[in-house]
Amino acid sequence: MCGIVGLFLKDKSLEPQLGAMLSQMLISLSDRGPDSAGIAIYGAPSKNEAKITIQSAKPDRDFRGLEAELAKAIGTPVTIAVKSTHAVVRTTPAKIDEARETIQTLRPDIRIMGAGDVVEIYKEVGLPEAVVDRFDVRKMTGTHGIGHTRMATESAVTTMGAHPFSTGADQCLVHNGSLSNHNNVRRELIREGMTFETENDTEVAAAYLSSQMAHGKNLGEALEGTLSDLDGFFTFVVGTKNGFGVVRDPIACKPAVMAETDQYVAFGSEYRALTKLPGIDNARVWEPEPATVYFWEH
Amino acid sequence: MPATTLSKTAAHDPRVFDLDQLSLRELNQALHNLAPGSNETAWEVLNPKGSHSVAVGVDQPVAIDVRGSVGYYCGGMNSGSTITVHGSAGPGVGENMMSGSITIKGDASQYAGATGKGGLLVIEGNASSRCGISMKGIDIVVHGNIGHMSAFMAQSGNLVVLGDAGDALGDSIYEARLFVRGKVDSLGADCIAKEMRPEHLELLQGLLDRAGVTGVKPSEFKRYGSARTLYNFNIDNADAY
Repeated sequence: MCGIVGLFLKDKSLEPQLGAMLSQMLISLSDRGPDSAGIAIYGAPSKNEAKITIQSAKPDRDFRGLEAELAKAIGTPVTIAVKSTHAVVRTTPAKIDEARETIQTLRPDIRIMGAGDVVEIYKEVGLPEAVVDRFDVRKMTGTHGIGHTRMATESAVTTMGAHPFSTGADQCLVHNGSLSNHNNVRRELIREGMTFETENDTEVAAAYLSSQMAHGKNLGEALEGTLSDLDGFFTFVVGTKNGFGVVRDPIACKPAVMAETDQYVAFGSEYRALTKLPGIDNARVWEPEPATVYFWEH
Repeated sequence: MPATTLSKTAAHDPRVFDLDQLSLRELNQALHNLAPGSNETAWEVLNPKGSHSVAVGVDQPVAIDVRGSVGYYCGGMNSGSTITVHGSAGPGVGENMMSGSITIKGDASQYAGATGKGGLLVIEGNASSRCGISMKGIDIVVHGNIGHMSAFMAQSGNLVVLGDAGDALGDSIYEARLFVRGKVDSLGADCIAKEMRPEHLELLQGLLDRAGVTGVKPSEFKRYGSARTLYNFNIDNADAY
């Protein structure tokens, strides 16, 4: 099973409600996957700031003093906002890669959830409502976001095995399904220089898209490539800094419903996820076609 | 879209179930408690909001109007009731229907009418993939298009499509009859176009009438069915196993 949701806002006046809307959508699909849940929110861009979302199983130990140590090590001011097991590290965009490497040196047990100019990623074991509450997601503002509630089928129920997976700056992906050629694709991507945190099939799909986009393809072209290069069952919902995309494999047995109004584009594994969106009764609601790429960009 | 006339007019006010106030279990239990000959012949379901399994297993000839869109398996195993969904339906609508009728005013998701043994399923919008998979006697009329792998291993019954059909229509079909008015992206293994003889035109006219379709002539359709080459093991294919 698994439940996935996505919301891409066209109407700026809805941006303060993005976290609340996406949280409600995800919670409505809780019975599609009780193992773990995660959400990625794309917030407002800031010229002087990039972000890294980090996670630790021992946040008290790992996050204490990190702000000062990291600032000193990279010679630039840093702020760290702790939210439960996660924290968002902010510093100047020019120093973001160095900050990421330094965090791994200073605190080897910290895991990087994702990084970029705008994205924040929160994921943990537990039901969507518990995860949303733990990270106060309902109060988050943003332009678009994606979420996932997991029923694990092919790798362990852990924080790192939860979705979304992020393998490139401001890029992340949620997946319903299972891939059968992920080991081969992972080996090819490792030869290209990509690194992996887990044995999970979905992480391979995320890295595949990051690799395609690093080679100059846009989101739509990269999604098109999944249809020939990835084997298995998938409905993917993908976020980039300014874009939002959906693709289903040619068999399309994993469910998907989309809705579009003047205010938003929304995705849900089921219609249940969309019923509380504003104006849904008059929205264009459709089932995305198999082997067809859909994407929107701001 | 031509209007259908399947909703029966009730002699008294309908029993209204608001799923914002009552649970799905309460609704389905009340429907299952209906005794033969009950006067409660009209039911209305409000705020389904994509709920799964709305009105499954009803076995009395009552009319049920669902005001909104439903999730998985609406009207599954229906036996004699007349269900109208004033919205769209999720996967598996009318799965294993035995008799009666189900009308979807909007679209239907995957495997509509799967394994249905009898009755009539009308989808006024489009149906998705695997419509009528393994159908065993149900009649399905789709005003719009159907997706890929529809009527896969369809055994008997009729599938009527006013629009187009996706890839691999009727793959490994047995004796179901498929009537498609628009284009077919591709036919599945052992499914072929067949001659439309007078008895088929007559059958199709009857199906269109029952589904309340007007302004469409049976002669506008093509008939597809089994070439019957997969029925028996062919020794020439032994190497494939």
